[in-house]
Amino acid sequence: MNVPPSFVIRLLALGLLAVVIQVAAVSQISIFGVSADLSPLVVMSVGLLAGSVTGALMGFGMGLLVDLMLVQTLGVTSLLYIAIGYWSGRLRELRDPAHELIPLGMGAAATAVAGIGMALIQFLLGVDAPVSFLLVQQIFLTVLVNSLIALPVYALVRRVLTPALPEDPRRRRRRRYTTGGLSPLKRPSEGLGGSTGVLSR
Amino acid sequence: MHDKQVRRRRAVLALLVAVSLILLTAYFGEAHSGPLHSVQRGIVTVFSPIQKGASTVLTPVRDIAGFFSSTFHAKDRVAELQAEVEKLTGQVASLKGAQIQNNQLREIIRLGDNIGISSYRPVAAHVIGSDPSLWYDQIYVDAGSDQGVSTGQPVIGERGLVGLVTDVTADQSTVTLITDHTIEVGAEVEDGVGNVGVLESQVGNPNELVLSDLPTTANVQNQDLVVTAGFHYGKLDSYYPPDIPIGVVSNANEVTLASSGQVQVKPVVDLHTLDVVEILTKPHPGLTTASLVP
Repeated sequence: MNVPPSFVIRLLALGLLAVVIQVAAVSQISIFGVSADLSPLVVMSVGLLAGSVTGALMGFGMGLLVDLMLVQTLGVTSLLYIAIGYWSGRLRELRDPAHELIPLGMGAAATAVAGIGMALIQFLLGVDAPVSFLLVQQIFLTVLVNSLIALPVYALVRRVLTPALPEDPRRRRRRRYTTGGLSPLKRPSEGLGGSTGVLSR
Repeated sequence: MHDKQVRRRRAVLALLVAVSLILLTAYFGEAHSGPLHSVQRGIVTVFSPIQKGASTVLTPVRDIAGFFSSTFHAKDRVAELQAEVEKLTGQVASLKGAQIQNNQLREIIRLGDNIGISSYRPVAAHVIGSDPSLWYDQIYVDAGSDQGVSTGQPVIGERGLVGLVTDVTADQSTVTLITDHTIEVGAEVEDGVGNVGVLESQVGNPNELVLSDLPTTANVQNQDLVVTAGFHYGKLDSYYPPDIPIGVVSNANEVTLASSGQVQVKPVVDLHTLDVVEILTKPHPGLTTASLVP
């Protein structure tokens, strides 16, 4: 697959901007006592739009950037975001979901994976302090808040990436169906402006 | 062709996971001055001006969101504050008497009144970012080693203790908040006896702290003020100077206190809405010995 340089540049800019906005503004806005987390939503959106390999690469890069900028243990967030990007991409490759609410469900799942995965890794690395049951509530609330913003984030990522996305036969086929191209319900002659048949009436 | 794509996809995935695991293991095992930590500090230095600029540009967005958020919670706060006012009115009366007595005692023992915060050389800093994850309670401030900040220095907010500087670059510092699971503070309860314990966070509950290791016979009451103990043992000093307010006892359950020597403490500083903090760059005035650096 040929990847246009403009696509790579857009991915890099998107990842950088998302992390900077997250740290400088979004994480300081409290909704229901928690902050929204843009990063798993952006990785999920890239996976859904560009496939599993791009999703996994974006997940790794963005996770590494988050760990570097936030002075966290390197590799933890990358590991989680690779999984989010890869499986979002696989969903697209295997099912090609077209429903408008898919990003909402995937956003919730991605946030849950990030929250629960981070908890598991932290437990594996060792936690000395007592752990409150409210952690579960916090993860649930973060999932809820992220679900609310998943659709706008997905729309924004799609708007940024679509002009530069590598050509994909599946997307081309779907576009043809929705823009009046050849359809199984039409005869080839209709598409070429031939004589009107029963179906065209 | 299809097999080749599948193989390539799996290879990329395996490679990325392997790199992540190697990074995690290497970072977790290396010292604070190791190469990965140095690279991390370099990246923070590079992004610091961008983050600072973004923080300034996005201040109106934060303020608008903060306005709606505080309006949302205002009704709950009214009832809470009314109860607090009633309680504080009673306390003010008794404190005025205590203040007169305190002034007289200070004069008697000639206790210097110059052990205020100003003697700790505070450096003011703006909060330019905070960590979104539930596991890292950290904020990032725009003062660093150029302003005399170094790791292990305590940070205070408008009303009390905020946390500890855990990482420093030239013009930015990472402050780990007292609600982070890696922070423990020696604390004293202002209950007339001065019972001392260790204050630590509860993972998943950023609004409450646990004061443990109290004597099981301690008579701690709700709303008792908890301050830093500021212990001094030989050449070892606590990171925190004494008597900095940390929080108030929010749940002094007698059974829990008697069985495990623990009470719950609510921080006096709202750690989610910090804009400006002060870093105490000389937390132990008059002493030349350095504190342990984590």
